[in-house]
Amino acid sequence: MVRATMKSLLSHKLRMLSSALAVVLGVMAVSGALVLTDTLSRSYKAMFSTAFDNTDVAVSGVPKVDAGYYGAPATVPASLVDRLGRVPGASRVVGTVGTVDGARVVGKDGKVVTSFGAPRFGVNWTGEDPYVNLQAGRGPQADDEVAINGGLAKSTGYQVGDRIDVLTLQPRQTFTVVGVFGYYGNRDSLAGETMVAFTTPAAQRLLLGTPNVFTAVNVTRAPGVTQQQLRDRIVAELGSQYRVKTGQELAAESGQQLDEGLKFFNYILLGFAFVALFVGVFLILNTFSIIVAQRMRELALMRAVGASRVQIVASVEAEAAVVGVVASVVGFGVGVGVGRLLAWMYATFLGGGVALAPLEVPLSAVYGSFAVGVLVTMVAALLPALRAARIPPVAAMREAATADRPLTRITVAGAAVTLAGGGTLWAGLTGHAGQGNSLVALLIGLLLVLTGAAMLTPSLARPVVPVLGAVFANWTPGRLGGRNSARNPRRTAVTASALMVGIALITGISVVLTSVTVSMNHILDKQMHADLVIAGEQSGPLPPTFDAEVLDRTRAVPGVAEVVGVYADTGLVNGGQTTIAAITDSTAMHEMFGMTAKEGTLDGLGAGQLVVDEKTAQSLGVHAGDTVRVQLSKGEASTYTITGVYSQTPGVIGWVTAQAEAANFRIDQPTKAFIEASKGASVTALKTQIAALLVDSPEVSVTDRSGYVQQQTRSLDTVLAMMQMLLALSIIIALLGIVNTLALSVIERTRELGLLRAIGLRRRQLMSMIGVESTVIAVFGALLGVVLGVALGAATARGLRDQGFTTIGLPWAQLLTYLALGAIVGVIASVVPAIRAARLNVLAAITYE
Amino acid sequence: MVFSESTRTEGSEASAARERGDVGLGARRPDQDGTAARAVGVWKVYGSGESEVVALRDVDVEIATGRFTAIMGASGSGKSTLMHCLAGLDETTRGEVFVGDTKLTGLSDSKLTRLRRDRIGFVFQQFNLLPTLTAEENIRLPLDIAGRRPDTEWLATIVKTMRLEDRLGHRPAHLSGGEQQRVACARALATRPAVIFADEPTGNLDSRSSTEILGFLRDSVRDHGQTIVMVTHDPKAASYADRVLFLSDGRIVGEILQPTTEQILDRLKGLDATGDGPEAAPLHGEGAL
Repeated sequence: MVRATMKSLLSHKLRMLSSALAVVLGVMAVSGALVLTDTLSRSYKAMFSTAFDNTDVAVSGVPKVDAGYYGAPATVPASLVDRLGRVPGASRVVGTVGTVDGARVVGKDGKVVTSFGAPRFGVNWTGEDPYVNLQAGRGPQADDEVAINGGLAKSTGYQVGDRIDVLTLQPRQTFTVVGVFGYYGNRDSLAGETMVAFTTPAAQRLLLGTPNVFTAVNVTRAPGVTQQQLRDRIVAELGSQYRVKTGQELAAESGQQLDEGLKFFNYILLGFAFVALFVGVFLILNTFSIIVAQRMRELALMRAVGASRVQIVASVEAEAAVVGVVASVVGFGVGVGVGRLLAWMYATFLGGGVALAPLEVPLSAVYGSFAVGVLVTMVAALLPALRAARIPPVAAMREAATADRPLTRITVAGAAVTLAGGGTLWAGLTGHAGQGNSLVALLIGLLLVLTGAAMLTPSLARPVVPVLGAVFANWTPGRLGGRNSARNPRRTAVTASALMVGIALITGISVVLTSVTVSMNHILDKQMHADLVIAGEQSGPLPPTFDAEVLDRTRAVPGVAEVVGVYADTGLVNGGQTTIAAITDSTAMHEMFGMTAKEGTLDGLGAGQLVVDEKTAQSLGVHAGDTVRVQLSKGEASTYTITGVYSQTPGVIGWVTAQAEAANFRIDQPTKAFIEASKGASVTALKTQIAALLVDSPEVSVTDRSGYVQQQTRSLDTVLAMMQMLLALSIIIALLGIVNTLALSVIERTRELGLLRAIGLRRRQLMSMIGVESTVIAVFGALLGVVLGVALGAATARGLRDQGFTTIGLPWAQLLTYLALGAIVGVIASVVPAIRAARLNVLAAITYE
Repeated sequence: MVFSESTRTEGSEASAARERGDVGLGARRPDQDGTAARAVGVWKVYGSGESEVVALRDVDVEIATGRFTAIMGASGSGKSTLMHCLAGLDETTRGEVFVGDTKLTGLSDSKLTRLRRDRIGFVFQQFNLLPTLTAEENIRLPLDIAGRRPDTEWLATIVKTMRLEDRLGHRPAHLSGGEQQRVACARALATRPAVIFADEPTGNLDSRSSTEILGFLRDSVRDHGQTIVMVTHDPKAASYADRVLFLSDGRIVGEILQPTTEQILDRLKGLDATGDGPEAAPLHGEGAL
């Protein structure tokens, strides 16, 4: 008996350990996320402060259309350099040109060089300074010469003397590399960015499209003048027409922008930490329920000798607190390590080797970890604790009868919670929750739906689990395992719910993403008559573009009936920021996209004229014949006439003007072209011919319709892969939960296992039996997850119907994969408990008490 | 000391035939000169050094084929240990154990498991049945585990004998204690094992159910030539056996053939009087008995 008690204690400890592990993983994710973003933030800020060391005051223009990162840079006239040179206290005045993604290099393999999201700067060469130094060669002196940074040289293999092709606002042009430069501290790049330096006139023409302007003028102070003094003098000289900032201010500004970006990153990571902890709640709940059930007599005895209900709750909660604190300490420690490691990996592999700031643990990580870890454990243990308090003292005298409590109450409550969640979710999706509340409504709704669904699982487990188990009915170990999985619907349900959550989320995301693709295909099939599309995948602030000449050459290809080239810009219409497209042929366009005029005409669109969709027109209260004030990226604002309003079509949206206006767009190059073949012409042959015309436009390619959809939705695959990676954590926790439940079942059924072994069940058969039990539980969870995920995804797509989700698409292959994943999780989870069961001594097991 | 009715140690053709499972259904008296199981010089020692406990001391025993043998003794006498060793559930420290011609000593776990599955039946005091299976499924379980096609006629006979026809579809939770033990007996009989080991099969039953179970066991020996070894501390139960072996302090200290309850009680009193008392040496491994 003593041995049995020891064994039970030990197993109890193991059980605690695995539920603590769930908290450890969740807390790890929280502290890891906070340490990661904090480290990156401090590292980049340190870099910025160095980068702006050389600038005391910078003067830049106010952009005409302030579209931020995606907008055209504001410019200042070159004459400003001389004017600033006359300001007392200014020693060195340098006009600079620099645009994000302004210079994209064509690599030796003919493809455009990418930099994993880091900018691909185009700049003017302003000579060496304490900050920039040449590693080889010299600076560019002729307009067909460039210098490139060490990072670009290393990643592409271009050296001094090589010919290099660069895409700018102009189509592909060839330059000679005359120099390779680096930065202070022998760095090839600061954070993985690439940089191409042109002569100043070339930079102005290629990067800004306007001669004699700069993006900024940097002023260095003379000795004895502070940055602030210099700034104030410059402001006094120039007035409020320009932005005048000190180097320190610029560094702080960049840091702030970075923090905004990282905040988003942080929210995503914390979101997944939250999912992991939410899943962990099921695990803790199950563990404590089981512990309470096993200790029923002990607790009843305590009640019999006078312990109050409050004391019973307190004793269970105290235990939970201990587990929570221990798990939080461990999770916090591991999380700090993991966060640091991830920051290092990011800096090394994606960030181009930005110098990592020394390790510091943000206080938020400490508070967050402990609050989350301890609270989650204690909240999860609350239900079992309350159940423990309800044990009547007389239970001490009775044989522990664990009567199967009816599931009516939990089922009704679950249905209510699910409905409430569904309603909230719907309100969030359709915008009924009110402005700005949508996201909150979505999250609360999702949480309620998941919780409600988890509450419904026990009553679902009763009919469904035996059916799943029946699959194995013709194989004795399988039949035994299948029956075992149906023995305790509550326990099976809670265990399966943990897996359900992760799989439901990822399935929901898959369904939404598939619906995007399917809807796009649907729209294009119905609305677009183009046979071929020239387009590329946008990876940075600038859309992929191609040489405008390609449009004419395509038109000349025999068999091509119509070509519509599309240019894009961000501008202001009556002061509101919006996308404006310019097209080469409005008549061809409305035919190709099946657009119909609601008001006015869509034909013969000319300069100074616009057509717009009816919804936009409605929201602005404008009609055909009205005029609006339009400001494009370049040039001055002017008045345009609306010549037509087109009926809503899913394929086209927003303002459309004539190609002539593209001269004032940020990039005067087409981003897309839609091509219709003549009757009887071979589309395949045309595609080959047009592809040949695109040799010098490596950012785009010609595709048929389905290829176009694939190209435009490729980034969704990356999104899905990332989500899957992040949700893997919750699936690992769910797996731990299954291990926990099985290990417990093995202990509870020791005598039964002994009996089975005594009457001849072999070890392998016993392990198969536990494997089947585990698999049935896991597949049940995966099945619930897939069904719930499909429902959530479909509801989301349906709720966003106005945003272009015309069709709900089900990713069958992925759904099956997730189910199979459930089976795999089940098999893996069973390994350790099965080995433990197989190792049981038959005699000891039969006589186990 | 060889307490054996039979002087022959080798299994007869009859017992070999029975081990193959081809005993006819007929209610013939089986040959009684075979040995279904035997122990030769078996020692069982738990622990070592000062904490050493000797459960069996040089025990020699032969279990005759087609007979009902009871093993008696106080708790701690080693009776359960002896049964566990004979049934291949426990290893001997020294000495050898045979079931039929098969030497159990040194067999691998998987061979022992197969032997238990195919040639040994068990009836325990309690927790005999799997709660997830119906009575019928429990009865067929050893056959299902082995992947053997059940002899439906034989199963029908057993079910009828055990009067379980109406209970076959029920789960153990819905069966009375006596019914549960009847299902356990039916399961043990289903594979027609060489030996059935029954460990206090009536220990948890009321006297009516006990009588019933003991009657069934005796009938299966008489009618079907089944070999049964029963461990018990109840003289009345032991009186159903053809032969009773008495264990005390790890040794076999006597036997009675065709015993009556009174004879057994007398013998037990005699054992107590020798001072080799039942509580003299509580042994390990008696937990559930």
